[in-house]
Amino acid sequence: MNISKLLNNRSFKSVSASIIVILLGLMVGYLILLISNPRQATDGFIIILKGGFNGGLRGVGNMLHNSMPIILTGLSVGFAFKTGLFNIGASGQFILGAFAAIYIGVRWTFIPIEFLWIVALFGSIVAGALWGAISGILKAYRNVNEVITSIMLNYIGMYLVNFLVVNTVFDLTRNQSISPIRAYLPRAGMNILFPFSSVNVGFIIAVVVAILMYIILEKTTFGFELKAVGYNREASRYAGINEKKSIILSMMIAGALAGLGGGLLYLSSTGKHIEVVDILASEGFNGIPVALLGLSNPLGIIFAGLFVGHMNMGGFYMQRLRFVPEVIDIMIAIIIYFSALSLAFKSFIETMARKLRGKTL
Amino acid sequence: MDYVIEMLNITKEFPGIIANDNITLQVKKGEIHALLGENGAGKSTLMSVLFGLYIPEKGTIKVRGKEVKIYNPNAANDLGIGMVHQHFKLVHNFSVLENIVLGVETVKNGFLKMDEAKKKIIALSKQYNLRVEPDAIIEDISVGMQQRVEILKMLYRENDILIFDEPTAVLTPQEIDELMKIMKRLVEEGKSIIFITHKLNEIKQVADRVSVLRKGKYIGTVDVASTSKEEMSEMMVGRKVVFEINKNEANIGDTILSVKNLSINSKVHGKSAVNNVSFDLRKGEILCVAGIEGNGQTELVYALTGLLPVDGGDIFYKEENITHKSIRFRNSTGISHIPEDRHKHGLVLDFTLAENLVLQTYFLNQYQKFGFIDFKSRLKNAELMINQYDIRSGEGPITYVRSMSGGNQQKAIVAREVEKDPDVIIAVQPTRGLDVGAIEYIHNQLINQRDMGRAVLLISLELSEVLGISDRIVVMYEGEIVGDVNPSEVTQQELGLYMSGSKRGVGYEHK
Repeated sequence: MNISKLLNNRSFKSVSASIIVILLGLMVGYLILLISNPRQATDGFIIILKGGFNGGLRGVGNMLHNSMPIILTGLSVGFAFKTGLFNIGASGQFILGAFAAIYIGVRWTFIPIEFLWIVALFGSIVAGALWGAISGILKAYRNVNEVITSIMLNYIGMYLVNFLVVNTVFDLTRNQSISPIRAYLPRAGMNILFPFSSVNVGFIIAVVVAILMYIILEKTTFGFELKAVGYNREASRYAGINEKKSIILSMMIAGALAGLGGGLLYLSSTGKHIEVVDILASEGFNGIPVALLGLSNPLGIIFAGLFVGHMNMGGFYMQRLRFVPEVIDIMIAIIIYFSALSLAFKSFIETMARKLRGKTL
Repeated sequence: MDYVIEMLNITKEFPGIIANDNITLQVKKGEIHALLGENGAGKSTLMSVLFGLYIPEKGTIKVRGKEVKIYNPNAANDLGIGMVHQHFKLVHNFSVLENIVLGVETVKNGFLKMDEAKKKIIALSKQYNLRVEPDAIIEDISVGMQQRVEILKMLYRENDILIFDEPTAVLTPQEIDELMKIMKRLVEEGKSIIFITHKLNEIKQVADRVSVLRKGKYIGTVDVASTSKEEMSEMMVGRKVVFEINKNEANIGDTILSVKNLSINSKVHGKSAVNNVSFDLRKGEILCVAGIEGNGQTELVYALTGLLPVDGGDIFYKEENITHKSIRFRNSTGISHIPEDRHKHGLVLDFTLAENLVLQTYFLNQYQKFGFIDFKSRLKNAELMINQYDIRSGEGPITYVRSMSGGNQQKAIVAREVEKDPDVIIAVQPTRGLDVGAIEYIHNQLINQRDMGRAVLLISLELSEVLGISDRIVVMYEGEIVGDVNPSEVTQQELGLYMSGSKRGVGYEHK
């Protein structure tokens, strides 16, 4: 009786579908390990499963730090998706946020050192939001597809940041940005919990922001408007919602989230710098699978981000064995492919639920 | 017993709803067998079972006396069962010929051999008198011809059991007559037809026997010739239905909405969609804007509700000029709008029923505190409306509106618009695509609203509706009002003359 009740619960159906997908993905991943290096496949697989836990508390801390930026870019993609927009421009928004944070951290020396990191983070939020707003405005007023504009803005953003870095915060000897030492994020006690790891207040901020996004989407009238516009723009207009404003705000929030991710990562004291190369920030694109795996639910995205971070750490530790590092990327990719099937699993669970209910009746 | 199709004790469940509960359908060879029921009665589900789209939980299907299992539409096709769906399944940028042969192409050495197919199609279209142009592209031909293409598709596959799912819903009166002739012709040639509908006139016109479903249950099968329309509708709805609309004398009050010299430029052509239109809507009356589709009614309503900007003229509501006021101003100060397209404008299909019922009021203090949604009052509101307006759904307030039947979706919109306590209700084709019971319900709601002193502006294409419930009629033709008539004094024929632009009323002459 209880099982059938559980199986009929809507959120249980979604969550269990994601979990089935992950398990299947892991199984296929194991097959790939077997093919690429049969003798060490099982050892390698165990390392991946242990992920961050391979390195004790330090590994766990690094795992949290690793998942922090992709939780935020995942939120960026997921939030836009919940409101009917496909934000593929998280990469550009991310790197603009990163630049704004570094610029403020390095150049705005007039701000007291205690507040500098906070101001720098606000800078990253504003920069990301403005970059997202461009796609939003074009979509709202000219009905230009946001996928196209945001892809283009990724490249524009990357080159613009390269240009800006060289002209404002350039470390000529290393061909990268200057370290924003004065604005490094505080550790907030995370270094005591996870000694010698890179984790800092950024992870806490990411989780708090995710919860905030959940509340906005599910509990407020503002979120109700954004979702209504996402599901049916015409009906929202009919209902008197300002649908242009909603679209622009959605994209601004999505951009702000990605920008904050960039700010948090580049203000960490881990030696991450903007390098002046022609490569898009991968964190932006990794947000897409994280959002998918988390079913665009902000709380789900926390766990999806942690999971991908965990796998990444597993891949890091797996380098002890004789595996090419790309294998881990292939495994994550497989899990993403499977997650596209999660709808099929959802209906499978529904059939199971019906059968069970039929028996108990 | 000479049955071509026997569906015995079929049961099919969906989450929260039993769509078919122990239903039996027996179709004789060479008959037109009508399947009658309200929206959501389970007609389409039953046919989807027969066509292999759904697998039933219980029951057996016999085709020509042999028990069969139908797991997919191909299996149904192999058994000679074909279906014309309510929404046609045609490839829009393919030709008629290509659509008909799609999936059963004649091939030689891997190359298409269209010539033979074309000959066969021309022969078939002559035999059954189905006029089509084999080389025309689907998107260029009329809806009626598209339907004939669907029928030819079945004939080309040599199906002899033909299912028609609400085939007349999309057709003009002339096309309906032609379809009826085609159906009779098909039966003469030895085909058997299952005809899904909720229109009693059509059943009377062509069907031999009729099986009735109600709320997923089988009610019975009767001979059409010996059963009256009233008896059939009673079987379908479960109670007596009054075809005549009873209403009291209108108690007309002051003007509440006044349109003065309104003009809107067309998006499609260079002329005006609405050209210098003026009228007054008064409290306690149902004013009907009649006209053939596409003569500016849609644009007029969009202008009144704020969905479309006005290019000239003014709209006064309670003596205030609202020509340039926002949509929200209008729908929160007493102008309700039952939109023409309930899927495009009326509902957010992926929201729940409870969410849709507060679509325009979610921001009121009643439903939120400091921007946080008050879920309890939202739920209470939904339960209240569901009870009061008898909105049926699988899971109550948390049902996704997408999964509800058309009639209940419309009831939800009417409930929401009426419950706002409006002064003006603009109802655009509020009964389009609905069954007898739902139409009666909506007409009664509109008349009740009128009797409560509210003003109703009804836009309708159905002449019987126009003449049945309105207190005053204005006719629109090519964006202009060409006449202002009294429904008790005008005949259908005369109204038709106004609607086709061949007659103009006094004071509406050409300038």
